[in-house]
Amino acid sequence: MTTPAANTRSLIIERDLPHPPAKIWRALTEGQLLAQWMMNNDFQPVVGHKFQFRADPMPNWNGIVDCEVVLVDPPQRLSYNWGVGGAESGLQWLVDWTLTPTPNGTRVRMEQSGFREDQQAAYTGANYGWQKFFGNLEHVLGGLD
Amino acid sequence: MPVVPGPVFKALADPTRRAIFERLTRDGEQTVHSLTRHARISQPAVSKHLAQLKRAKLVRHRRCGRETHYSARPQALAPLLDWLSVYGVFWRDRFDRLESLLERMEP
Repeated sequence: MTTPAANTRSLIIERDLPHPPAKIWRALTEGQLLAQWMMNNDFQPVVGHKFQFRADPMPNWNGIVDCEVVLVDPPQRLSYNWGVGGAESGLQWLVDWTLTPTPNGTRVRMEQSGFREDQQAAYTGANYGWQKFFGNLEHVLGGLD
Repeated sequence: MPVVPGPVFKALADPTRRAIFERLTRDGEQTVHSLTRHARISQPAVSKHLAQLKRAKLVRHRRCGRETHYSARPQALAPLLDWLSVYGVFWRDRFDRLESLLERMEP
């Protein structure tokens, strides 16, 4: 099995919040609540559901994020694909939320990563190999002055 | 997220172009002929890929007699690494908003 994010560049943000997991789960999965802190959306907590986050357009970005729900495991785990600029741009990531109960509330962990090898098959036309690319990128930039 | 270095991403979204770019990065300056030998595609196809890499400023060329020599400009990759810092700011901002929403929500 592939170790998560072993071959990808990923971004991880963790925060301890003084609220129970069930409450945070609602903020993550109820469209109206989600819109209040993320963006306008037509999210539904259903695996395979395709949805969009919509923000105001800005230079170099039309304001749309194309997403598809990958995993729903209430109230602890939620993942969706995160695509910017349409399929041809190859700008595809996975956003993965993990809620872990703590004595004072919940640890919220968000990981945004490039596609991993085991997920690429699920993404139509995903032939971009970003995980390899970012690995190479590091190597290449390491060789720069 | 607004930072979408489109030409660079597009140029490198193609595995053949990525292979050409990697080869130039690894082995240094080369002619179209020598690139074609490794690419298993026709010379015009290689030239087309090189043109797209050039458009993204990932390669540069210099003419020497009848031959054109291509070399990599890895510094053109730098914008790609920006997504990490851009999204870092984006998500921290969203976490702040999530926290304040949770304060407002019924328990």
